[in-house]
Amino acid sequence: MGIQGIDLSLIWGVIIAFGVMMYVIMDGFDLGLGILFPLIGDEQERDVMMNTVAPVWDGNETWLVLGGAALYGAFPLAYGVILEALYLPLIFMLAGLIFRGVAFEFRFKAPAEKRHLWDWAFIGGSLLATFSQGVVIGAYVAGIPVVDRQFAGGGLDWLAPFPLVCGVGLVIAYALLGSTWLLVKTEGMLESRMRHYSRPLAWLLLAMVVVIGAWTLQLHPELATRWFNHAHLTVFAGLVVLAVLSLFGLLRSLRQRHTHWPFVFTLVLMFLGYIGLALSIWPNIIPPSVSLWAAASPATSQLFALIGALFILPVILMYTFWNYYVFRGKVRIGDGYH
Amino acid sequence: MFNLEALDLARIQFAFTVSFHIIFPAITIGLASFLAVLEGLWLKTRNDTYRDLYHFWSKIFAVNFGMGVVSGLVMAYQFGTNWSGFSDFAGSVTGPLLTYEVLTAFFLEAGFLGVMLFGWNRVGRGLHFFATVMVAIGTLISTFWILASNSWMQTPQGFEIVDGRVMPVDWLAIVFNPSFPFRLAHMAIAAFVATAFFVGASAAWHLLRGNDTKPVRKMFSMALWMALIVAPIQAVVGDAHGLNTLEHQPAKIAAIEGHWENADNGPTPLVLFGIPDMQAEKTKYAIEIPYLGSLILTHSLDKQIPALKSFPKEDRPNSTVIFWSFRVMAGLGMLMILVGVLGLALRRHGKVYRHRGFQRLVLLMGPSGLIALLAGWITTEVGRQPWVVYGLMRTHDAASHHSVAQMSTSLALFVVIYCSVFTVGIGYMMKLVSKGPQPHHEHPPEGTQVQTPRRPLSAVTDNLESATRIH
Repeated sequence: MGIQGIDLSLIWGVIIAFGVMMYVIMDGFDLGLGILFPLIGDEQERDVMMNTVAPVWDGNETWLVLGGAALYGAFPLAYGVILEALYLPLIFMLAGLIFRGVAFEFRFKAPAEKRHLWDWAFIGGSLLATFSQGVVIGAYVAGIPVVDRQFAGGGLDWLAPFPLVCGVGLVIAYALLGSTWLLVKTEGMLESRMRHYSRPLAWLLLAMVVVIGAWTLQLHPELATRWFNHAHLTVFAGLVVLAVLSLFGLLRSLRQRHTHWPFVFTLVLMFLGYIGLALSIWPNIIPPSVSLWAAASPATSQLFALIGALFILPVILMYTFWNYYVFRGKVRIGDGYH
Repeated sequence: MFNLEALDLARIQFAFTVSFHIIFPAITIGLASFLAVLEGLWLKTRNDTYRDLYHFWSKIFAVNFGMGVVSGLVMAYQFGTNWSGFSDFAGSVTGPLLTYEVLTAFFLEAGFLGVMLFGWNRVGRGLHFFATVMVAIGTLISTFWILASNSWMQTPQGFEIVDGRVMPVDWLAIVFNPSFPFRLAHMAIAAFVATAFFVGASAAWHLLRGNDTKPVRKMFSMALWMALIVAPIQAVVGDAHGLNTLEHQPAKIAAIEGHWENADNGPTPLVLFGIPDMQAEKTKYAIEIPYLGSLILTHSLDKQIPALKSFPKEDRPNSTVIFWSFRVMAGLGMLMILVGVLGLALRRHGKVYRHRGFQRLVLLMGPSGLIALLAGWITTEVGRQPWVVYGLMRTHDAASHHSVAQMSTSLALFVVIYCSVFTVGIGYMMKLVSKGPQPHHEHPPEGTQVQTPRRPLSAVTDNLESATRIH
């Protein structure tokens, strides 16, 4: 548990949740670009799309490595069980990310006649990575059976309607993040087309959230009692009200041709969904049965790793913000990538 | 049988992904230090040859680093996906060590790498040099953590077993476990040697094509000095590492030597060549040199080394594999020493820059450092079997419970992706090498340059194909 009253497992739980959230939000919009890529045929506009995230995408992905390593260090049981249970979708996700990452770099360096190959690697990699992540989240929420500290389900448990629908849901969510990001970062034709796409994407996302939310309650009836009991109802209601307000704000800001607010509202929506998810799973790290503390590594391990994390994480955060700050502003056709 | 096959596939997959991965960090470690030396020499001597070499190799470094990041992403997940039993059992020790490695790498990439690759015209020379040195040190710190983790799996200490799992007790003892200093030194030097031969072969290629410029000569010369000095040091460190292994993992040594049983009290011969047969419990077609086994491993003429038959059958590592992987490593090591000595001998009157036979040899030896490094890792990892944590947990208890179908699918996927993606990456690096060092023109930063992305690969602007030819 803790050392001198400090709950190390809780601290690590928060760090990992934060890292994964940074990942979902930040890699979300650049994966979204890959999903939107097929809708944009023009080579120059595709260049612009890639240029908007070129300075930041690999930093975004590093949060995923950090999340994996931190989970290993602080909750080895969860690391082992979750990664074993979700083996194939995780492998597919990694495969997608590799293709996409390399396509990102080599697309710009490829001769013109081969560029479309890298375009397809970028589109396919982004879609595969996003869909697999959605499946991973869905299968995780649906629950991972654990008996005697071992994964007690089947290797294809994730291949069920609920996780697959979550996969589709995440593709839509990332596409919306991507399209609203491009409102911030681009102008002219590209911007207006993204505005055109954002509205149906927002409605689609709303539909997916309702479907997935209802489905989750049906899979886990105990969640209904948790959310609708007296103590938690205010929190739950607050999240729902905020989400409805954000959606309203998103649609309104799209209509009023704002450049920044649609992205901000989409981020808030993602954030609220993430918080809702985290609070539903709490205090488990392997739902439905293994808590943070049951999966924790010994206090000495958590403390040892925490010392390094507390030194280095603030620096990484500062650098991240600085990087986004330096590369702020619109990207135009012909703007130097190099 | 079913289980065994899935286990084999899990091992093959891990070996495949980690072997592919280690090539990039090895070159990263070597090139980072090489770049720090080049920049330091340039600042000291103001000889522009060093500056041109710095810019040439920093591009190759950038591509290589990018490949390492992409292939490393997979490694952060392989411990859990393939070895969930191990993660639960020993994750309390190996997990935090890996966390430190990732934090170090993240920190490095976040901070100094950007300055090193993109800051030449934007920061002062001293600060730029500082960034390069920090990157070089950072790669070594990363090595430190990964090797601590691996060495602990080879020679675990500083822990208790509580409820059937490892409970760390003393982190100093865990990190500085008995085999760690030897393995760390052996690996870091291996990275330097591998890089030296990569650099040397690149220079030889240019010399053979008549591209006989000052920077090419300089890097050829530096690579050969490196080979001359470091390859023999590696042999000494390797010997010490071997003695350490003999003390802590005698079965590994017996398997490396293909040594099955000790005759009464006589010294142990060295089996130079042969085919160890695990079933027949003997080394077939063995060519032996008397006394040499005792001499090398005990530094005496009468002491015996442990024999494989003195270990229960189920505790023996596969001698057929590591007998040969060890000989590949040691043989290449000796060849590398020879190249260093030949280079020294040819230095008089600059013959080394004209002797085409020698240059062909150096070109041929280009991948030798990396092959030796992989062979060495195969030796130590297969030699640790049947244990994943030596003496504590067997590999078959460490594996996740995947089906053969799952493992074959993912393995096939990895092979296809790695071979296609990293072939392009390595091809690109080779193309950059073939361009050769160019004179670097200092130019002030342009107004829009703040917009330049700061990722490793975008430091390089050359096209993937449309190869430029020298002469």
